[in-house]
Amino acid sequence: MSDKIIVSATINDEPTDMLVAQRDSLLEALRAAAGTLGVKEGCNDGNCGACSVMLDGRLVNSCLVMAAEVEGSEITTVEGIADADHLHPLQQAFLEEAALQCGICTPGFLVAAKALLDENPDPSEHEIRYWLAGNLCRCTGYDKIVRAVQQAAAGTT
Amino acid sequence: MVTTEKSAYKVVGTRPIRHDGVDKVIGRAEYGADVRLPGMLQGAVLRSPHAHARIIGIDSSRAEAHPGVRAVVTSADFPSLDDVGEVARPDNVLAHDKALYVGHAVAAVAAVDQHTAEDALDLIDVQYEVLPHVMDVRDAMLDGAPILDEKLRTAEPDGSKGDKATNVAQHIRYEKGDVEAGFAAADLVIEREYGTTMAHQGYIEPHNSTAYWSKDDEVTIWTSTQGLFAVRDAVAGMLGLPVKSVKVQPVEIGGGFGGKIPDYLSAPAALLSRKTGKPVQLTMSRKDVLEATGPTSGTHLRVKIGAKRDGTFTAMQAWMAYEAGAYPGSPMGAGTMCVFAPYDCENQLIDGYDVTLNKPKTAAYRAPGAPASEYAAECVIDELAEALDRDPLELRMQNSATEGAQRADGFTYGPIGHEECLQAAQDSPHYQSELSGANRGRGVASGFWFNIGFETSMAAQVQADGTVPLVMGAVDIGGSRASAAMQLAETLGIAAEDVKPHIVDTDSVGFTFLTGGSRTAFANGWAAYECAMDIRRQLEERAATIWDCDREDVSYGDDGVVRGPNDEDGAAQQFSFKELAGELPNTGGGIVGRADVSKTSHGPAFATHIVDVEVDPETGKVEILRYTAIQDAGTAIHPSYVEGQMQGGASQGIGMALNEEYIWDEKGRMVNSSLLDYRMPTALDLPMLDTIIVEVPNPGHPYGVRGVGEVPIVPPAPALHAAIYDAIGERMRMLPMSPTRILERTLPDDD
Repeated sequence: MSDKIIVSATINDEPTDMLVAQRDSLLEALRAAAGTLGVKEGCNDGNCGACSVMLDGRLVNSCLVMAAEVEGSEITTVEGIADADHLHPLQQAFLEEAALQCGICTPGFLVAAKALLDENPDPSEHEIRYWLAGNLCRCTGYDKIVRAVQQAAAGTT
Repeated sequence: MVTTEKSAYKVVGTRPIRHDGVDKVIGRAEYGADVRLPGMLQGAVLRSPHAHARIIGIDSSRAEAHPGVRAVVTSADFPSLDDVGEVARPDNVLAHDKALYVGHAVAAVAAVDQHTAEDALDLIDVQYEVLPHVMDVRDAMLDGAPILDEKLRTAEPDGSKGDKATNVAQHIRYEKGDVEAGFAAADLVIEREYGTTMAHQGYIEPHNSTAYWSKDDEVTIWTSTQGLFAVRDAVAGMLGLPVKSVKVQPVEIGGGFGGKIPDYLSAPAALLSRKTGKPVQLTMSRKDVLEATGPTSGTHLRVKIGAKRDGTFTAMQAWMAYEAGAYPGSPMGAGTMCVFAPYDCENQLIDGYDVTLNKPKTAAYRAPGAPASEYAAECVIDELAEALDRDPLELRMQNSATEGAQRADGFTYGPIGHEECLQAAQDSPHYQSELSGANRGRGVASGFWFNIGFETSMAAQVQADGTVPLVMGAVDIGGSRASAAMQLAETLGIAAEDVKPHIVDTDSVGFTFLTGGSRTAFANGWAAYECAMDIRRQLEERAATIWDCDREDVSYGDDGVVRGPNDEDGAAQQFSFKELAGELPNTGGGIVGRADVSKTSHGPAFATHIVDVEVDPETGKVEILRYTAIQDAGTAIHPSYVEGQMQGGASQGIGMALNEEYIWDEKGRMVNSSLLDYRMPTALDLPMLDTIIVEVPNPGHPYGVRGVGEVPIVPPAPALHAAIYDAIGERMRMLPMSPTRILERTLPDDD
């Protein structure tokens, strides 16, 4: 296993050393080495958004980032959104608005929606739809997801 | 079965937070690809680059010599190549003598990691003899077409078999009345041809399976499937094992829509595990999912309807050819039963053909077969409404099937809600609103789907604190744990939150049919009801013991209060559910309610959708301005998740109607096998999807449930066809009605 390297990053506020192959993506590293299995693979080519994470304050598809690139970075996954004892308002709104069915796209939507609200706390419906167009959901038709983001925005502004 | 008045329900019809919700919003829900086992190997599957080829030989020695590779398997490793039914056929799981489509699995590798397994695929040498291929359903039916299976003979409607090699696996015919006389009696007859293209379910989670073959020949499987028991039986059949030696563990499923009924990976993973002695995990890439799983059929359809000047339909006829893919088994049968199902017409003739060709073997996709056949029929009805100068909802209402109407296949309806849906559509704010503006149009259409019942098992144990864990065998694909828990809670007179529903492995609950056919809220509901009634009977007995009275003098009320005779002082004796639960440990121990049901009292579902569009004549893009889905749910157990099914089904139907299609090159290769190029609707493509739930209770269910999942995918395509025609005056008779196809109509000719 001579081609492996150690990449150190702060993942959900925890300093973490990941043993990865040089050709591993950040998605692979987060799932295999960091154990953040809430980061999902839907397409592995940047088209579905299920693997969305925050990388140094920027929303990225982790399948399109090389693991070796994130040395010293701050990464937030769906596992890092809630407080120890409280769900994030977006998570609560997704539950109350029935904004998930199978749930496989939900982690990516939550990370992406949080990135939107962090940047724009009072988005219009069109802004929500535009921002979330990189995340595919096949179960809901997006109606209840958009409403959940609206509800969370209303509750947090 | 007497249906309780809706107002009496305390839990049914409310919107509690789903029991599995928190795990899904914090990232802890375990899906198949999240399974991690000590020593687990990763695998990859080698797939055919040819649409039709004989496999002359497979040499895996170079791959096996790779230091990171632990095993390679091919179809030669199967103990049996016998067909084990619909869920998995060994020759589709691993090609035997022929590869029948690009993407057909040929060999599987287990290695120390995913990259090594993928690298090793290049080291497997397969010698192919490339054969001519056929990709169009009409071409495949012609004499002289390349034949996929030389042994295949057409199964004819009279039960006979054809006498020559063919790609047409089956011809079904349904006949009712005298269709010729019906057309002769018509004042107006419209006949049109339509086409649809292969389309994928598009679930976001790729297929995966993890298998461990233990030294004592016990096999454990973790896989994303709609049917735990279906996978168990298929794997046991393919591997030649007794059923008791295969256990399928529940994991969350990241969408299925019918496409995760077939199993592709579990048997190869198990064979690789047997060879290596270690657990093996196989996951598909998105390209594999699109090229090598089971999309729905492309079709060629011809529909002819005759009507009197007053609008009465006098005859309906359909000719429909469905692509089965590489092996027989398209949803043609359901398509033929559905085509005219919303209407009552004396004279009908329906012919359907199941046709093999060099594309992936099709699988179920939400109301399988219905979106194509009903699209064709609904589009002709829209043309009839125009020709007769009738409101399209009103013309449908005039000809609607009602209780007692008989379909061409012989089924006679009980109480159904098509007329109620049409009326709700007519009365809706959407239909009552004005639509104006250039290139804008409105369309409506109806849809039908059967819904089914079948075997379902459950057990619920009453805990001393009054909470109730509930175990079941039906995979939860859209919220069925919540609906089962709610129906149990309703029957026991307790809160939904006091029930904790779990899906358990195949050794821990009775046989349960797969999740599909819009059956789960219905059949789980029956099982939950009977579980709860079993608990009520046992609690009445326990209370009688405590009160030392006759069992007949105790009654369990729908409010969850157990009442007995007055005590010696004349005071009323009663227990709340919680109080009596607290007495259980000291009066004989816990109580388990059980149910094994198999119901055929399904409730057919109808839906009517309304859509407003604006067509951009310069780009061909169709923008949806407003959408309303109306549907008879029977009874909506959890209205939010009923709405969610209606919205999700509409969204998939919109995708199928406007964008989604398999595009092939001349060698039979799919050229758009990514989610960028296989263009499913995004949040930006859709408006809010308004819903109106109609409730015509199913008399064959304790809470009137019909099943809601599938029918909403049926009306979108014909409603959009009508709206686009209203907007730009063009009848689009080929799906999808993509920008390219619309531009062919709207752009001026070059010359």
